[in-house]
Amino acid sequence: MTTDFETMTTEIDGTAGWRIETHTRLSRIFAVLSLGVIAVLAAAPLLVSRGVVQDLFFILTMLTLAQSWNLLAGYAGLISVGQQLFVGCGAYALFGFVILAGVDPIVAIPLAGLFAMLVAIPTTFFAFRLYGPYFAIGTWVIAEVGRLLLAQWKALGGGTGTSLPREATREMFGISTIEDWLGMRSSAAADALAYWLALVLAAATIGFVYKLLRSKQGLGLAAIRDNETAARALGVDARRLKTLIYLLTAFVTGIVGALIYLQKGRISPDAAFSLTDWTAYVIFIVVIGGIGTIEGPILGVLVFFVLQNVFSSYGSWYLLALGALAIVTMLFAPSGLWGLISHRTGWELFPVRRRLRGGAIRQDEKGGPNG
Amino acid sequence: MNWFDTLLQGILLGGLYALFAAGLSLVFGIMRLVNLAHGDLIVLAAFLILLIVSSLGLDPFLAALLAAPLMFGLGWLMQYHLLNRTLGKDVLPPLLVTFGLSIVIQNGLLEAFTADSRRISVGALETASVQMGGINVGLMPLVTFGSAVFVIVALNYLIYRTALGRAFRATSDDVITASLMGIRPNSIFAIATGLAMMVVTIAALYLGIRANFDPTAGPARLIYAFEAVIIGGLGSLWGTLAGGVILGIAQTVGAAINPEWQILAGHIAFLLVLLFRPRGLFPRALD
Amino acid sequence: MASLIETCGLTAFYGDFQAIFGVDIRLDAGETIAVIGANGAGKSTLMRSIAGVIANRPEMILHHGEPVGALGAPDIVRRGIALVPEGRKLFPSLTVEENLQIGNYGRREAGPWTLESIYSLFPILKERRRNPATALSGGQQQMVAIGRALMSNPEILLCDELSLGLAPVVIKDIYAAFSRIRASGAALIIVEQDIAQALKVADRIYCMMEGRITLTGRPAELDRADIHAAYFGAETHELV
Repeated sequence: MTTDFETMTTEIDGTAGWRIETHTRLSRIFAVLSLGVIAVLAAAPLLVSRGVVQDLFFILTMLTLAQSWNLLAGYAGLISVGQQLFVGCGAYALFGFVILAGVDPIVAIPLAGLFAMLVAIPTTFFAFRLYGPYFAIGTWVIAEVGRLLLAQWKALGGGTGTSLPREATREMFGISTIEDWLGMRSSAAADALAYWLALVLAAATIGFVYKLLRSKQGLGLAAIRDNETAARALGVDARRLKTLIYLLTAFVTGIVGALIYLQKGRISPDAAFSLTDWTAYVIFIVVIGGIGTIEGPILGVLVFFVLQNVFSSYGSWYLLALGALAIVTMLFAPSGLWGLISHRTGWELFPVRRRLRGGAIRQDEKGGPNG
Repeated sequence: MNWFDTLLQGILLGGLYALFAAGLSLVFGIMRLVNLAHGDLIVLAAFLILLIVSSLGLDPFLAALLAAPLMFGLGWLMQYHLLNRTLGKDVLPPLLVTFGLSIVIQNGLLEAFTADSRRISVGALETASVQMGGINVGLMPLVTFGSAVFVIVALNYLIYRTALGRAFRATSDDVITASLMGIRPNSIFAIATGLAMMVVTIAALYLGIRANFDPTAGPARLIYAFEAVIIGGLGSLWGTLAGGVILGIAQTVGAAINPEWQILAGHIAFLLVLLFRPRGLFPRALD
Repeated sequence: MASLIETCGLTAFYGDFQAIFGVDIRLDAGETIAVIGANGAGKSTLMRSIAGVIANRPEMILHHGEPVGALGAPDIVRRGIALVPEGRKLFPSLTVEENLQIGNYGRREAGPWTLESIYSLFPILKERRRNPATALSGGQQQMVAIGRALMSNPEILLCDELSLGLAPVVIKDIYAAFSRIRASGAALIIVEQDIAQALKVADRIYCMMEGRITLTGRPAELDRADIHAAYFGAETHELV
C-alpha cells in the first residue's frame, strides 16, 4: 500500500534567494580604511623615530593581549586573572631556546607560543574544575606556581633573571637584511623587526577573532555566553569550545610574551609573571574600551596609551585612578567607551550579527512565508 | 628536621590562614560574592591598627578592638553602596569591581604609608613561648589558633542560633522569598560584609604581629584565604579551619625541606586537592 | 470606611510583556475572597503585585486607602500583608521551626499566632520541627508555608495556589484549618485553580482570564455556566 508520503513534494521553496550576511556598509568602508592604516603602520620604522616605533610596539602588543583576553572573558566567559602565566612561560621559553639551545630568536618565537600552549593543557585540568570567581583566583594561583617554579631555574638566572646575549639578537634571522636595506644599526633594526612581527601578530589576531566570531563556532560561543545550559541542550559542546579558546589564547599570549621580552632583552620572574602589567592593565584596557566587542580593545588600548604617557609619572595616584575608573566604568557604563559610542550611533566596525537578506516572501493561505 | 615541631607549626599557622579565610567564606556563603580585594582589606585593617597604636599609644589588642567597629562600618558602606550594585546573574561585574578595588586600596595605602615594611609590635609577647608536652610552642601562634577557633565558634553560633543567622541563610537560599519575610537583602548583605570585616581585623592583628607587611601584601593573603576555603570545602567554617591547617602544614613541611619552597608547597597541596577532590575535603554547601 | 485592599486599574508587566490589564478588586475586613482562573490568567501576578514583589504605580494598590503600589515586599509585610507564595518557597537551609520563626523577622506583632498556636493548628509540624523543611511531604510543606506567613500576625493573608500539586485529601485538611485562620480576624485573598474549593470557602469570587476580570459575585449568586464562560472564555469550540 502506498501512501502519499513518498510522492508528496515539500511546499517549502528551499533556501532560494535567502542568504545570511554580516557586513554593513560602514564595515566595508572600515575594512578598506584599515588596510590603509596597516600599510601606513608597516611603513612606520621608515617614517618615525625609534622611540615612536617602540611606543607603537607597546600599543600593538597590548592590543593583542587585550583581544585575546577579550575573546577568553568576553566571549567564552572564562574570566582569567592568570594570563601572565603564558606571558611568562612564552618569554622564558624564548630565553631558554636562545640561551640554552642556541636557537635563532625569530624561530624561537612560535616555539615559545607552542610551549605556552602545552603549559595550558594541564592547566585546564585544574582550572576547569572551578567556576566564576573561583576560576579567576585559580588561574592566578597557577600563574604564581609558574612564577615560583621558574624562579628556581638557575640556568636562566633564578630569582633575579637574566639577559639575552647580544650576539643572539644581532644575528637574528632577517636583521642583516634590514640593516642593509634601511641602513639602520643593529639595535634599531631589532626594534623594527620586533615591531613588524607585533604588527603582523596584532592584525592576524584581530582577523582570526573576527573570523571565529562569524563562524559556526562563534555562534556557539555567543550562545554559551548568553546561557550555557541552553546552548548545551542545543548540542553546543561548551567544554570543548572553551578548552579550544583557552589553548588558542595561551598560544597567542605566549607569542606576545616572547616578543615583548625579545625586545626588552632582559627577563626576571617577577617582571615576566607580573599581574599588574599583563593582567591588570589588560583588563583595564578591555573594560574601558568595551568588553565583548572587537572594537572595544582597540579603543581601550589607545586610551590607555594616552593615560599611561600623560599620567604615569604620578605613580600610585595614577594606578589608583585607573582602578577607580575601571570600577566606575563597570558600574555605570558596562559596555565601555565603544558601547557608549555604538549605542548612540549604531556603528559596527566588525559586525558579527547575522542578518537574513534577499529571498522573496511568499504568502498563501497556509500562513507564513514558507508554508 | 623535627617532624612533630614542623607539624605543630603548620597547624598553628593554619589558624592564621583560617582567620584570613573565614570572612571570605562567610561572604561567599551568603551572597556568592568573592571579593578580590579581601587580602588588601586585611592589610588595610593592619595599617589601621598601626595608626591607632601610633596615634593613641594604645596596646595593639585594644587598638584592634577599636579598629573592629571602624572596619565594620567600612565594610557595611562598601557593600551597601558599591558591591550591592554588582550582584546579579553576571559574574563579571563583581569580579572586575573588586579587582579594581584591590588596586585602589593597594595604591591608596602606598600613598598614605609608603612602601616600607611594617610590623605590629607587642614587645615580649612576640617571642614568648609555652611548654607543651616537652616542646616550646610560640605563644602568639597558639593565641592566633585559639582566636581562629573562637571566631569560628562565634560565627557558627550566629549563623545557626540567632534570628540574624536565620536571615543570612534564608537570603542566601532565596532572595525574593526572604524579602517576603520582611528581610531587606541589601541590608543583610551589608551586615554580612561588615561582620566579615571584623573578622578581617582580627586576622590583621595576628598577621601584623607575626610577620612584616606592606601595602602590596594583600594579594598573597587573598590567595592563602582562597586556598584554605577550597581545600576545606565550600559552606563549612570548620572545613575552612581544616583547609587552613592543611595549607599551613604543607607550607611548613615545604619550608623544612627548603625555605624557598614554602609557598610553592602550599600551592601544590592546593592543586592536588583540586585535582582529586574538587569540592574540597569537607564540603557542605549544595552549590 | 475604606476597604482593606483595593486595586484601581492595576496593570503589571514582566519586562515588555503585560500580564494584567486594569484589574479592580476589593477586600473588606473579615472577608475571604477567591480569585479563580486558568493558568496564565494573571492571578499570581495579581498576588505578587499586592505583596510588593512586583513594582506598580503607587496609586494602583490602596491599603486602608493609602497608596502602596510602589512599596517593596519588606515594607508590605510590615504593614501586615503576608503572602503564602506559589510553590511554597520554603528555605531549604532552614528547619521547619526555623522557617516558621523567620516568618516574623520583619514584623513582630503581638497576636493570636505564635509557634505554639501554629503547632496546634498543624500538629504534624511539631513532630517534624527539627527536620529540614524541604524533607517534608508537599502537604506538610504547604502547612509550613502558611504557618510562616501567619507568624507575622497579618491583617491580610494572601494564599497563592495552595492546592497545586497536592492530593485531594491533603487539600481538604489544609482548607479545614482555614476556619481557625478566619476566626483569628485575618482577611484572606486566595488564588485557586480548583473552582469547587474556591466556591466553598469564599465570600466573594473574582474570575480572571488573560489578565482581566471576567466575572465577580457571591458564590450563591453565580451560575455554573457563567463561571465556565468566564474561566475559559466565551467561545469554546466543540471538538470533533
